[in-house]
Amino acid sequence: MTEQNQENHPQKSADSKKVPSRRSRFSTSFFVTFVIMFGIWLLLSGKFDLFHISLGVISCLMVAFLSADLLLPYPKIGKMPGLWLRFVRYIPWLLYQVFVANIHVMYLVFHPRMMELIDPRIMRFKSRLKSDMSLVTLANSITLTPGTITIYISVYGNVTFHVIDIESGKSLPFIMEARIAEVFDEI
Amino acid sequence: MDSVFLYSAIFLALVMALSLYRAVFGPTILDRLIGVNAIGSKTTALLILIGLIYDRVDMFVDIALAYAMLNFIAVLAASRYFQKRKGLYDEARRETKRRDGVMRET
Amino acid sequence: MDIIVTILLICGLFFFTGGAVGIIRMPDFYSRLHPAGKLDTMGLLMSMIAMALYTLHDFSVDAMLTSLKIILIVVFVFITSPTATHAIVDAGVRASLEPWTKEGTTHYDLGA
Repeated sequence: MTEQNQENHPQKSADSKKVPSRRSRFSTSFFVTFVIMFGIWLLLSGKFDLFHISLGVISCLMVAFLSADLLLPYPKIGKMPGLWLRFVRYIPWLLYQVFVANIHVMYLVFHPRMMELIDPRIMRFKSRLKSDMSLVTLANSITLTPGTITIYISVYGNVTFHVIDIESGKSLPFIMEARIAEVFDEI
Repeated sequence: MDSVFLYSAIFLALVMALSLYRAVFGPTILDRLIGVNAIGSKTTALLILIGLIYDRVDMFVDIALAYAMLNFIAVLAASRYFQKRKGLYDEARRETKRRDGVMRET
Repeated sequence: MDIIVTILLICGLFFFTGGAVGIIRMPDFYSRLHPAGKLDTMGLLMSMIAMALYTLHDFSVDAMLTSLKIILIVVFVFITSPTATHAIVDAGVRASLEPWTKEGTTHYDLGA
């Protein structure tokens, strides 16, 4: 583990200039996956003696070896802290929007004349987001907000979504797209 | 504080019975799946409430986590499975026809 | 502290009730998913925060770990709930279930 760790450091600066080799890509994602897995192990086991920690190290090594390239196929270590910081800043905004939209759907559900208020229809727009991760985040954010459900999203950014009334689908997905472009640095 | 948890657990169980209506009488298979998914996410909260009532949260938290994971995988597997079944398609046709009939009457 | 926990818990239960009533009242499969997936997630968030706060009442390392685990459940549900909803919608689209609209059932090209 320590060997691979030291191996990573000289290549970190080269990452931004040229496409890293397959081996270095694998060892970077291996290391990051191991750290994440071990953190979750410590959280879930709650025992900090030598026996349990060594069990955790062994099983985390196995899991990281088998599935490192699934979790992070193209690791960019240099960009990661900034990305995570912006992502953490994005979450409270998303939670606030989800809360507001929840109140709206609650009002619709408990309204006695609900059938006249709702107007379900299908909308589509073309997103300018490029990377897979940002498209997944956009689709999940749209689905998480009540009133809109992503039906289909293509790799080129064509989004089809179902809205429960016109108001909830009019502006929010576009604001959301702009925020996600900011988070993933794709402006 | 214990009684608050007890009454909210009972209330949650009643709400689950309400969602059970959709799981039993849902017109299509996917409606039943929605009902089952709703019951599953309520059960996660109910498990932790039970843990708080019996003062064993540290144990029930792990069960709730495993249950949330199991619920997710069950819904995923069931929706993938029924995608390939022809029965769902026929049922959808029938449902659309029935609804159109109702629409014309009103 | 107890008052905050109780208020959050009641808010969570209110959202859960909304989800259950919503999936009974909504007219078709697509619109039923709106209350089912989302109001439940919000209710889970509220009631879980209440329970995590209550667990932190007597402060110790164990209680801290337990409430962190409860927050982990919330994070997990927030990632998986949209995925499960999307899987159900996808199954519905492939079975060509048609969405209910005010003008009656119209034929949409869903593009999937």
